[in-house]
Amino acid sequence: MHTVEQINETIFKAIDEINLQSEDENKLEKKTDTILYGKNSRLDSLGLVNLIVEVEQKIQDELGESIDLTDEKALSQKNSPFLSVQTLSDYIASLLKSET
Amino acid sequence: MENKKVILITGTRKGIGRHLSEYYCNKNYTVIGCSRAESDFENSNYKHFILDITDELKVKELFSDIRKNYKKLDILINNAGIASMNHVMLTPLKTVENIFNTNFTGAFLFSREASKIMSKNKNKSGRIINLSSVAVDLNLEGEAIYAASKSALVTFTKILAKELSGFGITVNSIGLTPAETDLIKNVPEVKMKRLLERLSINRFANYSDITNVTDFLINDESNFITGQNINLGGV
Repeated sequence: MHTVEQINETIFKAIDEINLQSEDENKLEKKTDTILYGKNSRLDSLGLVNLIVEVEQKIQDELGESIDLTDEKALSQKNSPFLSVQTLSDYIASLLKSET
Repeated sequence: MENKKVILITGTRKGIGRHLSEYYCNKNYTVIGCSRAESDFENSNYKHFILDITDELKVKELFSDIRKNYKKLDILINNAGIASMNHVMLTPLKTVENIFNTNFTGAFLFSREASKIMSKNKNKSGRIINLSSVAVDLNLEGEAIYAASKSALVTFTKILAKELSGFGITVNSIGLTPAETDLIKNVPEVKMKRLLERLSINRFANYSDITNVTDFLINDESNFITGQNINLGGV
């Protein structure tokens, strides 16, 4: 069972990786209320793809869990799980819970 | 070790995949191969994984291993494929599912996971090569399902090339003519003869015909070649 702190930490590590490739004004803050998707996000569409891929890989490599963040469940949700770090963290927690 | 190119090839236990593994090991690449069964190929440059290429979880584990141990992936060759020749009216649904799963879905899974690693390669470069078939352009009777699965792969190749161009990853396919491998062992000789007659150059492919094209596509200077299908033999 993974804690919320572990999940958030994993997302923050993914953000670190993405920030390495970003201009200063596009760097993401490592906070739970950081916006990831929509007009207030600092990520463009390819940046969001990169972040999702990075988070999936970090979850697999560091938490040893294989999850698919872009499965049909995610895409059909009324509210996108990719809106913010908080919604992404909640979504990952729900996926990890449903797998156990 | 850092400078050695890392190449992943599917379906390496026998046939073309086996040959490609030996060839690139001899060229001092780090070769990662996979198949559903164990391989008897041993080489210090070679590592074998046993998995079903349509098993998403196992495929992800393989790529996790590549990330951890090699930190990069330079080249993917989607070679694994199965064939079944039959009249459409006599083709079981299960056969269709199996052929599409291996020839298309497996290649999709490997391409998806490979592109995630390649997009982070330090040299901003990656190569994906999908092995297709001249059956796509020849529209041969008896090969409807096999050719349809390879057609899907060719279309996938062309679109993937566009989606990955921003990452410096090229995606191309090779339309193979028959080579003397297990894949064609159950095809009647007369059928093979008719197929070869449809080509401009009427002979079986040699392994060197195939590696000649893979070498070209892998070459650093081929970074402007993407979304192409290169047929062997002249179609």
